[in-house]
Amino acid sequence: MTPLLEIGDLSIRLPTPAGMRTVVHQVDLAVEAGQIYGIAGESGSGKTLTMLSLLGLLPRGGVAAGDVRFDGQPVLDDRGRARSELRGRDLSMVFQDPMTSLHPMLTIGKQLTEHARKHLGLSRKAAEARAAEMLDDVRIPDGEAALRAYPHEFSGGMRQRIAIAIALMCEPRILIADEPTTALDVTVQAGILRLLDRLRREKGMSVVLITHDLGVMSSIAERMSVMYAGRVIERGDAADVLKRAGHPYTRGLLASLPQPEAGAQSELASIPGVPASPLDPPPGCAFHPRCPLALPECRAAVPPLIVNGDHAVACPVTMEVAA
Amino acid sequence: MSAQPAAALPPSRLRRLRTRRASRTRSRSAWRQPTMVAGLAIAAIWIVVAIFAPLLAPHDPLAQDFAITQAPSGAHPFGTDELGRDVLSRVLVAARHSLPLAVLLVVLAGSIGTTLGVLAGYVGGWIDGVVMRLADLVSSFPAIVLAMVVTASLGPSTRNAVLALVIVSWPIYARVVRSLVLSISQAEYVQAFRLHGASARRAMRKEVLPNVVGPVTVLVTIYLADALLLLAGLSFLGLGTQPPTPEWGSMVSVGTQYFQNWWMATFPGLAIFSAVLAFNFIGDGLRDVFDPQSSFRGDDA
Amino acid sequence: MRSRRKSRAHRPLVRFILRRLAAMVLLVIGITIVSFVLTQAVPGDPALANLGQNPTPEAIQAFHEKYGLDKPLPTQYLTYMGHLVQGDLGTSQQTHQPVTHDLGVSIPATAELAIFSIVLSAIFGVAAGVLAALRRDTAVDNGVRVVTLMGISLPMFWFGLIALYLFFFKWGILPGGGRLSPTTTPPPDVTGLDTLDALLAGDFGAFWDAFKHLIMPGLVLTAYNVSLIARYTRSAVLEVLHADYVRAARAKGLSNWTVVTRYILRGALPSIVTVMGLVFASVLAGAVLVENIFGWPGIGQYAYKSAISLDLPAIMGVSIFIALVYVTINLLVDLLYAVIDPRVRLG
Repeated sequence: MTPLLEIGDLSIRLPTPAGMRTVVHQVDLAVEAGQIYGIAGESGSGKTLTMLSLLGLLPRGGVAAGDVRFDGQPVLDDRGRARSELRGRDLSMVFQDPMTSLHPMLTIGKQLTEHARKHLGLSRKAAEARAAEMLDDVRIPDGEAALRAYPHEFSGGMRQRIAIAIALMCEPRILIADEPTTALDVTVQAGILRLLDRLRREKGMSVVLITHDLGVMSSIAERMSVMYAGRVIERGDAADVLKRAGHPYTRGLLASLPQPEAGAQSELASIPGVPASPLDPPPGCAFHPRCPLALPECRAAVPPLIVNGDHAVACPVTMEVAA
Repeated sequence: MSAQPAAALPPSRLRRLRTRRASRTRSRSAWRQPTMVAGLAIAAIWIVVAIFAPLLAPHDPLAQDFAITQAPSGAHPFGTDELGRDVLSRVLVAARHSLPLAVLLVVLAGSIGTTLGVLAGYVGGWIDGVVMRLADLVSSFPAIVLAMVVTASLGPSTRNAVLALVIVSWPIYARVVRSLVLSISQAEYVQAFRLHGASARRAMRKEVLPNVVGPVTVLVTIYLADALLLLAGLSFLGLGTQPPTPEWGSMVSVGTQYFQNWWMATFPGLAIFSAVLAFNFIGDGLRDVFDPQSSFRGDDA
Repeated sequence: MRSRRKSRAHRPLVRFILRRLAAMVLLVIGITIVSFVLTQAVPGDPALANLGQNPTPEAIQAFHEKYGLDKPLPTQYLTYMGHLVQGDLGTSQQTHQPVTHDLGVSIPATAELAIFSIVLSAIFGVAAGVLAALRRDTAVDNGVRVVTLMGISLPMFWFGLIALYLFFFKWGILPGGGRLSPTTTPPPDVTGLDTLDALLAGDFGAFWDAFKHLIMPGLVLTAYNVSLIARYTRSAVLEVLHADYVRAARAKGLSNWTVVTRYILRGALPSIVTVMGLVFASVLAGAVLVENIFGWPGIGQYAYKSAISLDLPAIMGVSIFIALVYVTINLLVDLLYAVIDPRVRLG
């Protein structure tokens, strides 16, 4: 079955004072219909930019290139700009900080209905009815009254639910959630993730979950990619990647998750050094300065993704050992 | 990686933490701006003129002559005024008068305003209430009107003009500094500092004040420009510096009466314009340095 | 639920207004005290200043009695306030007319200038600011930045003089001062704004004459204000441009026009309201200088003449009026904030 979203050899260049720089290189990934796809990585890994390019929301002067297909149709034109029809309809996005992603001076109702009226041609009444339904779906009580309320009257968790409702208004085929729980309390996080999972099942839509938190990833992702310094360095079924991580970076991330069972005396593991800057990455494998398994060859060339069934890893060292 | 840790760092330290490339972007763009450079150049010229005016002036600015209201010529590049005095010399010497006065005005009003603002913001309570009510009261009058009334009632003179303008100007500094102090002292990094046992005064010195200095510097350059304009305006109305002391504003005022002799008003006015423009250019450039909204935002990926 | 929200929305707003009105009253009282004290700071006896050379002691005594100058200060103040609340501001020592009459004549003149300047400044200032912000770092933006910096640096009195010199003296295309040419019959007084009154009376000749007189002082006032508005608007829009909610709006597929008008402009609106408040203030201040140069018989001129002739009732009257206007503008600005931003309104 053709994947709903196929990203092939995607690269993104951004303008910097030193000229155009490639910050995302040769990204390949595919999202099936109804699937929850996770993209893991730290800030600067390019995970958000990759998705932003699909929506045409790159920073000013940014250019994307590659073979990106949605439902079989190309998304990018020859100048690297995304088709605008997908934006807000088939492809919608929920952003990280619910405190700032809603306009403080517009009612919730307005923010829910404006794009639905535009894309679906609904009348105000019809759009509001639909909006009330969506609020119900995301478990916001008293939808009718909420339509006339303003964002500041809701807590962070509720605002994020509202943002999700907004993203769902036009029945998107793919919902991109960029760190949807990072700005929220842990207790609220679980609720949001469960919500995403339930909506995915009820509406048959795909979810692309972008996060740096592998704990979050492990709760709902089915398939995932790990990105570092603008490249995909590991890819596979989420369960596989999280249990049998191939890349030293992924292993480091997993090791650094706090283990409450480990006892008070054990140290919190962390990956030494700082994340590579996408603008000025180390030569060869971008992770090699921080990698415990680094060999001299790792400096020489960027390692390609070595595919092993469904699981791909961009590290010749671990794959050698495995083989 | 989440938002919380960043808020616990003061802006000054955060700035140093940003990647080298970002800070290079910022400082390069500030010095590269032609307006900033032009502003600094013009300001430098006027400062030099102010210091060396008596040496630079070709004639005695107070020396009257029978050759009144002469158009600009070789001997008098800016012409002569209604008493035969050389306009160029008067314009140059007036710089000695106007520029230091403007600085004095800003320093006085700024000190009073900053002190009151820090007190109001940091200590709060009834001090805050009193200071803010006073500020409201004073700023209920347009500067010129209040200054007019004060100088008229106290008698027009340079000293009274400065006094009047200081009274009128301090509220702005107080308000800005107060809101700065409020936002900084409530910021997490100051609270963190105090949690470590620092006294209120120490926190103020080490955390609050250094972060107030930057924006206040920007303010000061901009208000220097305003101060010059206000002083000139008052003198133009005859309520500031009295003749025969050369002062740009009063020279323009006299020039109004000698309308056809365009040089009498034009050159002093040009002097005011260029000096004010220079300070505004500098203030604008400084604002970019201290509070950048850099066009390159490579920070979210 | 809905009715509960409605009254919840009204009560804080009403309380807000009442609180501000109360503060306003206190402020006005403070202003009257300050004005009064200022006028008392005038050295010398106003009787001497107004009665000319060598007045007789009886004349001085009569003058003191007439103006209540022989009573203790607090009494004088209370007498004044007593008259004030009845609408009596005393008689101008200069014009020998009631101060209220003088104000009534000069306010419309300044109002005409002010309205002309403010409307022009707002339209062009906001447009230029938005354009510059949207085309950041392009030639348009840099042009706007430099021009507006020059605009706020121009001494108004000098600019007015240059304009007068060129357009009146040298090229003779615009009149040199005043509101109407001596040969034009003034239109019947409806609003006090000559241009408007002429239009209402259908007298296009008078309208054109009044307008020609209005242009120069109006534009001179505008130069500063349009620059101020453009700069504030530009920086407000720039801040909002990168806001998360703008990006989210784009992600919803809204048109660029919608994003700019509904999201960006509205987000920038509080700053624009702030600067409009500043502009009102600056117009009043600038009026003093501009009216002086163009012989425009407005409040600015009146204030100036009163100040230099130490016409105490007039000074007090003008100060109180101008301060009242300021305070009202501040109140309106705060109200506007509450209208625009629901976070202010609903607390």
